[in-house]
Amino acid sequence: MNQPSAAQTPGLVAATPSLAMLRSLTLVAGLSGLLVVLAYQITLPLIEENKRIAIERALFKVIPGAVSRRDFVATDQGIIAADDGTDQGTLIYAGYDKQGRLSGVALEAAAQGYQDVIRLLYSFDPACQCIRGIQVLKMAETPGIGDKISKDADFQENFAELDARLNADGSALSNDILMVKHGTKTEPWQIDAISGATISSRAVARMLNDSAQQMVPEIMTYLDRLQDSGGEKQ
Amino acid sequence: MSSLPNQQETVSADTFLRGLWEENPVFVMLLGMCPVLAVTNSAINALAMGLATTFVLLCSSSLVSLLRKLIPKQVRIATYIVIIATFVTIVDYSIQAISLDLYNALGAFIQLIVVNCMILGRAEAYASKQRLGATVINGLGMGVGFTIALLCLGSVREILGAGSLFGFPLFAENFQPWVVMILPPGGFFVLGGWLLLFNWYRQHRERKLMERQGATAGGS
Repeated sequence: MNQPSAAQTPGLVAATPSLAMLRSLTLVAGLSGLLVVLAYQITLPLIEENKRIAIERALFKVIPGAVSRRDFVATDQGIIAADDGTDQGTLIYAGYDKQGRLSGVALEAAAQGYQDVIRLLYSFDPACQCIRGIQVLKMAETPGIGDKISKDADFQENFAELDARLNADGSALSNDILMVKHGTKTEPWQIDAISGATISSRAVARMLNDSAQQMVPEIMTYLDRLQDSGGEKQ
Repeated sequence: MSSLPNQQETVSADTFLRGLWEENPVFVMLLGMCPVLAVTNSAINALAMGLATTFVLLCSSSLVSLLRKLIPKQVRIATYIVIIATFVTIVDYSIQAISLDLYNALGAFIQLIVVNCMILGRAEAYASKQRLGATVINGLGMGVGFTIALLCLGSVREILGAGSLFGFPLFAENFQPWVVMILPPGGFFVLGGWLLLFNWYRQHRERKLMERQGATAGGS
């Protein structure tokens, strides 16, 4: 790739060794490609396994009482089981208790936080039509301030039973999930912000509202499909 | 500095120890400040970053040293960058395979090892001129020195900023963490503190040495 410049400078005492340059760059690039592919192939199953474990751990923590799971996809044709085909759509994780009864569904939500996108898993309980817990999957919030959204006990208390009821015609939530200033929570659909971490708190409220507005009507419509644990135990 | 840039160095204890003390990449040469300040907000992150950098440094220096007669000097920087980037990619995949939590904590700084000037500096100033043996020992010393320096910063910041070390709480419930220490400014404060300590000790030692020599000269 440096050959043209070598050809343009014939006045140099020692000629630029184009062939040597070509040879060494080819050799190094080939070696590098080989090593990278090798590393990718070796680590791929381990990485996939790690991701599955991470999702599962977060899942059983976020759905109270869940011991097994089954994946569903929300498509244009409604919610269908994910294990028969690779359909594109929003993933829904359904969690079942020991008796195989549906104890809740978990959904992923994401929104822009203070520094980067915050991704979290939240669980929706169809029995009470409420959000039962959140689990942060990925964030880059300020340590000691914004990252309290994953640890702060008072903030987590918001999601013990956060109201997400549908309106009369079942097309959307009857009340928007909203963030309110710290200490001013009065309604069950409000989220009490962490003092000093308003932007991170608002991001959580916004992503929950966006995701729930879209997904809760679907889930309530196809609830009977989700209730079937498929006899699959893990 | 006592390195001999254009001569083949014979391997000695000094080849290794130089990276720890006399030419410590962080405290003396002030190289690679980006990861030093960014990921040392906890001891475990600092340790992981130090080990990842050591691995990349060791592998890339060895390969550069092996290929040193094959690489024409016109394309040496491009070649070094390709070699370093390869090993950084390998480390990136390996950390994902070991622990996703750690990978998320280190964030973009794993990929940024590519532009860590300590590694490129070692390839250019040392590995491209020395035999494999000397390069491995020297690279190991530099890597260990870098890791120790990162750990020094990381543990102080974690103790002051979060009241714990390697995730284990050190103080009673009523300890109020000094949050600024795990935020970016804390990195500068702690680095400044360590540099002060390090340079004070070096000067102290040199003065002692001079005094002793002066006394001998005066006595004769």
